[in-house]
Amino acid sequence: MKLLHCPLNGLRNISEFTYGGEFKRMPDPATCSDIEWADYVFNSDNEAGIVTEWWMHTPSSYWFLAERHTVTDEVIRTFDAREVFNARVDFAAREIAG
Amino acid sequence: MPFNLLKYGLGAEYPAEVDLPPPKELKSSYDVVIIGGGGHGVAIAYYLAKYHGITNVAVLEKSYLGGGNTARNTAVIRSNYLTSEGVKFYIESVKLFENLSNEFNFNIMYSERGQLTLAHTDATVRAFRQRAEVNKHFGGRTEMIDRQQIRELVPSLNLDPGHIPVLAGLWHMSGGTARHDAVAWGYAKEAAKRGVEIHQLTEVQDLVIENGAITAVKTNRGTIKCGCAVQAIAGASSLMLKKAGIRAPIQTFPLQAMVTQPFKPFLDPLVSSSALHCYVQQTSRGEVVFGGGSDPYPLYNTRSTLDLKESLLAHAIEMFPFLANAKLMRQWAGITDMTPDYSPIMGLSPVKNYYLDAGWGTWGFKATPIVGKTMAEMVATGKTPELIAPFALERFSRFIQVNEMGATAASH
Repeated sequence: MKLLHCPLNGLRNISEFTYGGEFKRMPDPATCSDIEWADYVFNSDNEAGIVTEWWMHTPSSYWFLAERHTVTDEVIRTFDAREVFNARVDFAAREIAG
Repeated sequence: MPFNLLKYGLGAEYPAEVDLPPPKELKSSYDVVIIGGGGHGVAIAYYLAKYHGITNVAVLEKSYLGGGNTARNTAVIRSNYLTSEGVKFYIESVKLFENLSNEFNFNIMYSERGQLTLAHTDATVRAFRQRAEVNKHFGGRTEMIDRQQIRELVPSLNLDPGHIPVLAGLWHMSGGTARHDAVAWGYAKEAAKRGVEIHQLTEVQDLVIENGAITAVKTNRGTIKCGCAVQAIAGASSLMLKKAGIRAPIQTFPLQAMVTQPFKPFLDPLVSSSALHCYVQQTSRGEVVFGGGSDPYPLYNTRSTLDLKESLLAHAIEMFPFLANAKLMRQWAGITDMTPDYSPIMGLSPVKNYYLDAGWGTWGFKATPIVGKTMAEMVATGKTPELIAPFALERFSRFIQVNEMGATAASH
């Protein structure tokens, strides 16, 4: 079986992981247009090459990022999301008018 | 057809028939360029020539005719989908399939045997009721059947696999199969007869877009001008869309399948179970074909994996225990361009004169004839036929998706 290196739990069978989709930056839902929001929600780069994507180690519910080649299926590296998210993201609820 | 066959059989010599004219030089310009020489591409070309008199058409195929996912699907034809948009569309497709052999004077081996989908949970039974009613409403032949009726239809089926006994079935009488290569060959042959040029080993490497409209395509055999172009490829929809500068909600996954040694006929209908992520059918030469859901993560590669094969076979054996001793002959993977709502992307694009026939996930082969007919109408008239209007790319930015949970692999 293919193995994946989990940054928290080490080398594990790939059946222990769940694919979580392409890594993309979320636009600010309060200020972005519907088109920008739809692009973020639905559209994929779907590159044939090296991509950055979310994975989860299912038994420990630990989310991390991986760089993987989508043609050769080679995992280049896996890393903790703190490498990318070095500042707190504020999801404070906003009051919706009406 | 029978008289022709009799005449042919009693004739003194069997006249050799030319299937496709030998390859020619590319012209510098065509009215319509179709990118992709699979079933869809040649079907569009055929209906353009047949119904709209448009024959200055080139079908450009990077490899060989019907050699991509037209050859990799499991050749299932059915229309028992869930949404009204999907059901209407696929019912028309099944109707066209029924008459293709006559139309081509060439046997596509269309065989209507019915398709049985198994429900193992109350939730699935409810969903099947809805599918049966939607189908009947639009003239489809689909009904719910109970365990006894399933037992009579498929005596070799194990009705109590593991922890999930079969509760009921969705019996779709119009389900069937056809030889997928023959569908592409038949369309290609008849299109070529009407003057369409089919160029194999001709890869479209780039698109020339001027002032927001497509004017030419660059190929490995030179640049050719075009009045309009149709993207009719599967397994690399996103890569061609990128060349056109179009973003789309497609993710590309492999789907693995396999086939056993031949057995005596034991299984007439196609049998599938979404709970077991498995569908099983016996081909007319006796081999048993197994297919499952798409792989768990995206990949542009037809490699196979042991874990997916093992789980697929484990489920197949739960359904048909005697197959535990079967020997596998071949295994392969197809590439599925999955969309978030399990419906295709068809119609106009942000690029003028560039038409889309993309995102064919696990539902492409069974749509081949109706895709050809509706896309040809669109190219000829410039207007979107009503039947495919719901599948426009802009449905995502307008939040009006066609949520097709009746699709194979719609369990992601």
